[in-house]
Amino acid sequence: MSRSRYANRRLFFYFLFGVSATLLLISLFRIQVVDDSYKLSADNNVIKAVTLYPERGYIYDRNGELLVTNQRAYDLMVTPRQVKKMDTLNFCRIINIEKEYFDKQFSKARRYSSYRASIFIKEISKQTAAQLQERLYEFPGFYLQERTMREYPQKSAAHILGYVSQVPDYILKKNDRYKKNDNFGMTGIENSYEKELRGTQGIQYLIRDVWNRSKGNFQDGKYDSLAVNGKDLELCIDIKLQKYAEQLIQNKKGSIVAIEPSTGEILVLVSSPYYDPNLLIGRSRSPNFNRMYKDENKPLFDRSLLAEYPPGSTFKLLNALIGLQEDVIYAGTRFSCDQGWRFSPKLKIGCHAHNSPLNLTESISQSCNAYYCYTFRRIIEKYPTAEEGYDNWRNHILSFGLGNFLNNDLYTGRKGRVPSVDFYNRQYGKKRWKAPTVISLSIGQDALVVSPIQMANMCAAIANRGHYYTPHMVRKINGEPLSDSTYTIPKHTTIDKKHFKTIVNGMEKAFTSKRGTAKTARVKNIEICGKTGTAENPHGEDHSIFIAFAPKENPQIALAVYVENGGWGSTWAAPIASLMIEKYLTDQVSNTNLESFILNGNLMDKEDEK
Amino acid sequence: MRNNRSLFANIDWTLVLLYLLMLFFGWLNIYAANYGEGTHNLISMSSEPGKQLFWIGTSFIWILLILILDGKFYTTFSYLIYAVMIILLIGVLIVGKEIGGAKSWYEIGNFSMQPSEFAKIGTLLALSKYLSQLNINLGKFNTQIKALSIIAIPILFIMLQPDAGSAIVFASLFLVLFREGISNIYLVIVGFAIALFVITLKLELQTTMAIVTIIAGLFAYLLKKNKNSVKPAIISLILALGFVQSVGYMYSEVLKPHQRNRIDLILGKIDDTHGAGYNLHQSKIAIGSGGFTGKGFLDGTQTKFNFVPEQSTDFIFCTIGEEWGFIGSIITIGIFMLLLFRLIILAERQRSAFSRVFGYGVATILFCHFFINIGMTIGIMPVIGIPLPFFSYGGSSLWGFSILLFIFIKLDAYRMEILR
Ligand SMILES: [Zn+2]
Repeated sequence: MSRSRYANRRLFFYFLFGVSATLLLISLFRIQVVDDSYKLSADNNVIKAVTLYPERGYIYDRNGELLVTNQRAYDLMVTPRQVKKMDTLNFCRIINIEKEYFDKQFSKARRYSSYRASIFIKEISKQTAAQLQERLYEFPGFYLQERTMREYPQKSAAHILGYVSQVPDYILKKNDRYKKNDNFGMTGIENSYEKELRGTQGIQYLIRDVWNRSKGNFQDGKYDSLAVNGKDLELCIDIKLQKYAEQLIQNKKGSIVAIEPSTGEILVLVSSPYYDPNLLIGRSRSPNFNRMYKDENKPLFDRSLLAEYPPGSTFKLLNALIGLQEDVIYAGTRFSCDQGWRFSPKLKIGCHAHNSPLNLTESISQSCNAYYCYTFRRIIEKYPTAEEGYDNWRNHILSFGLGNFLNNDLYTGRKGRVPSVDFYNRQYGKKRWKAPTVISLSIGQDALVVSPIQMANMCAAIANRGHYYTPHMVRKINGEPLSDSTYTIPKHTTIDKKHFKTIVNGMEKAFTSKRGTAKTARVKNIEICGKTGTAENPHGEDHSIFIAFAPKENPQIALAVYVENGGWGSTWAAPIASLMIEKYLTDQVSNTNLESFILNGNLMDKEDEK
Repeated sequence: MRNNRSLFANIDWTLVLLYLLMLFFGWLNIYAANYGEGTHNLISMSSEPGKQLFWIGTSFIWILLILILDGKFYTTFSYLIYAVMIILLIGVLIVGKEIGGAKSWYEIGNFSMQPSEFAKIGTLLALSKYLSQLNINLGKFNTQIKALSIIAIPILFIMLQPDAGSAIVFASLFLVLFREGISNIYLVIVGFAIALFVITLKLELQTTMAIVTIIAGLFAYLLKKNKNSVKPAIISLILALGFVQSVGYMYSEVLKPHQRNRIDLILGKIDDTHGAGYNLHQSKIAIGSGGFTGKGFLDGTQTKFNFVPEQSTDFIFCTIGEEWGFIGSIITIGIFMLLLFRLIILAERQRSAFSRVFGYGVATILFCHFFINIGMTIGIMPVIGIPLPFFSYGGSSLWGFSILLFIFIKLDAYRMEILR
């Protein structure tokens, strides 16, 4: 191939490129290999990005009692490459770890990066940190990073508050604002108000030398930012009452939910067994969590929000109200009861012994089953088909906030179940069922389930004579009252106000009448209205239920009490409810015998038969 | 000769392979430069590594387009493309967005585009077209002026932005004229001018002028018998003194203080590790602390936290130097040498002057970027912001370099179809 003219000048280009490359390589060789001063400079010039952790928001109860605060904790950090020869045994002694553990953690850190800092030991105590701080100069490469941990001075309300831990991986993946080892509210209020509580992290770039001495801010703090503390919350909870409730239900399984009917504010939310929230902070969190997770009584399970039980006889209140609203019964309506209701030899509902016939008020105070079988049939059979009648009945029930999420500010919850027409069509076949088929709905059994908080809300709706406010947990954020209309606009039930009078009277008579189901739990000078219930438990002894509100006029508290395996509602649940009410309204308890009976009651060994 | 018409027929796989290698290694280092404590989601459209992936992907689309287009396209439309590029360069002075005191960028939605990166392509096409005319003679003054004008016009507009880095890259295209036969004298003059420039700035003005005069005197003494050389010698002396004088003037009057500072730093006249020298100092620490084998991928400490400015664009070599050490330096420089030598070899095998000029142009531009960029990170070149081809983060430069390289690869693949 013949070369074009001046082709030899290509050699100039080879020469130029070659010389330039050589020049660069020589300079680089000098800087990178021969000259050590740059390596020293780099060591002398390690920038430490110090995260400034914001203080997580404090949490108070409705009376300003501090429920959640923060305490200082320290992460011991290590930058493996900076670690020089040191007295390892002494180091281990100061921070109280084994040599093997040291080696394990150190190689873990080195695997992560030998040039960049990682956590050597998480959340060491203040005391250890203080001892170590003094001698840290002996251990180059190690430093302490301050962070905050939660502290729960009341040792109470663990389920409500939830716990904080390192942000889990699934959050890290989808949310850019979190970094590994950041705090994150996992459950409870810590979770549902994470956004308000967390605050914003700041960052400070410090120049440190090899001995970890600060040489000031990098570029005069040009890249630094301040931490913004989280917002403080004021809960609706009355911690004094909450603690009293916890005492009453100790050694029993179940839950207590109390609501202020005029606002929907949750006064008490107890699930038992409960635990001290301080068990789930710092290094002891994970062993404690595992232990409780395996506990067969499931202390981590929040029964007040997640357990679903049949409402039992408390449900008669709603059926009475619907009966009145649908004009199928009136206050004077009497039904006879011969130890129950019989439809056919196969289909009957039993009842306890009482006078017969009873009127509406008495049917509530004495909790007659037969009365409600008749009422329920009339409600359903008012319409041409069972489906229409049932659907109408169901709409009334749903208007009390049952069968669906409450859509409140709690981090978890259950819909419960008010069976739909479809549900029964699937179970029995279309047009193959009628009112008698589902007759146990009249006394709150069958496929019906509700959670304790829904039950308390239902009670609040009755106390308000026909409306409720969505039960919620937080009243104020940084001192500002919550303005969310979800919690300020009343939700109306389908029942007219006038129908409540008879029902409420019946509830009062449960305490005052000598045949009332809750007469042993009555409190002098307080007009309490309540209804017992028993949830059938196929696995063992029935669950004891009681809902109540007081005072009768302008109610200040409405509550639902569940005691698992407690038998009759009147045995455990009703006394607990009345003690709670008296304590809340008068700040004292008159019937100390009853109180000590409840306090000492232990149902924990009443296991479900498996 | 059209026996194989597939898209990839006859293309030089060595160049393609080197290209892909550089993209890959470059991207790794952009990733590392952005990697810091607690960062994650690095591969998203809001992060530099993520965006760079997008630029790489779109570059491949350009490449496909270039390979599909007929080789004749470039010769036919060279002047038109050149004209469009010049208009874009003028336009940016009017509607461009000012970043860091220079109007070098068009802003379109979320993306910015730097027209000077694409003007390189137009200029090189026009130069190739002009020099490939039959009977072109670079010995003629007229031809020289025209050829130089093709290079000078874009330089003029780029200086108005102002963007000294890009202007120098365009000026380097002069080397292509040298290959095409312009007289040696010019190269010698340019060489002397650069030397004088450095000496003038390094020493005092008067000292330099004295040295020049003494050297001229020596020459005059050596050449005293050759009467014919007296006149050119005197003219040269006057020109040299004038040049020194004007360099001195430019240095003290035209250059802005920060530019003067940068030059002083390179020349070692000042030793400043906190002011203007801060960046260079940090850059050298980063590269130097890498040692022979480097700190390891993602383990750099100096190229995080903004120690080094513009870590993933103009100073990407700091990350290479810190995390891959001297071995990384050898690899990077080695890859560039392979690329440049291969380009010259291929340029020489072209049958058409157009393709040859274009090949030399590509090599010259890439070399200029490569040498100045790495040179500035280690302080043997002034800090003028030009990217390291195929390594630095940025869409305009990646597109520009990819298009340049692949137009040449296409021309090379097409060479058999060109009749001599
Ligand atoms: Zn009865």
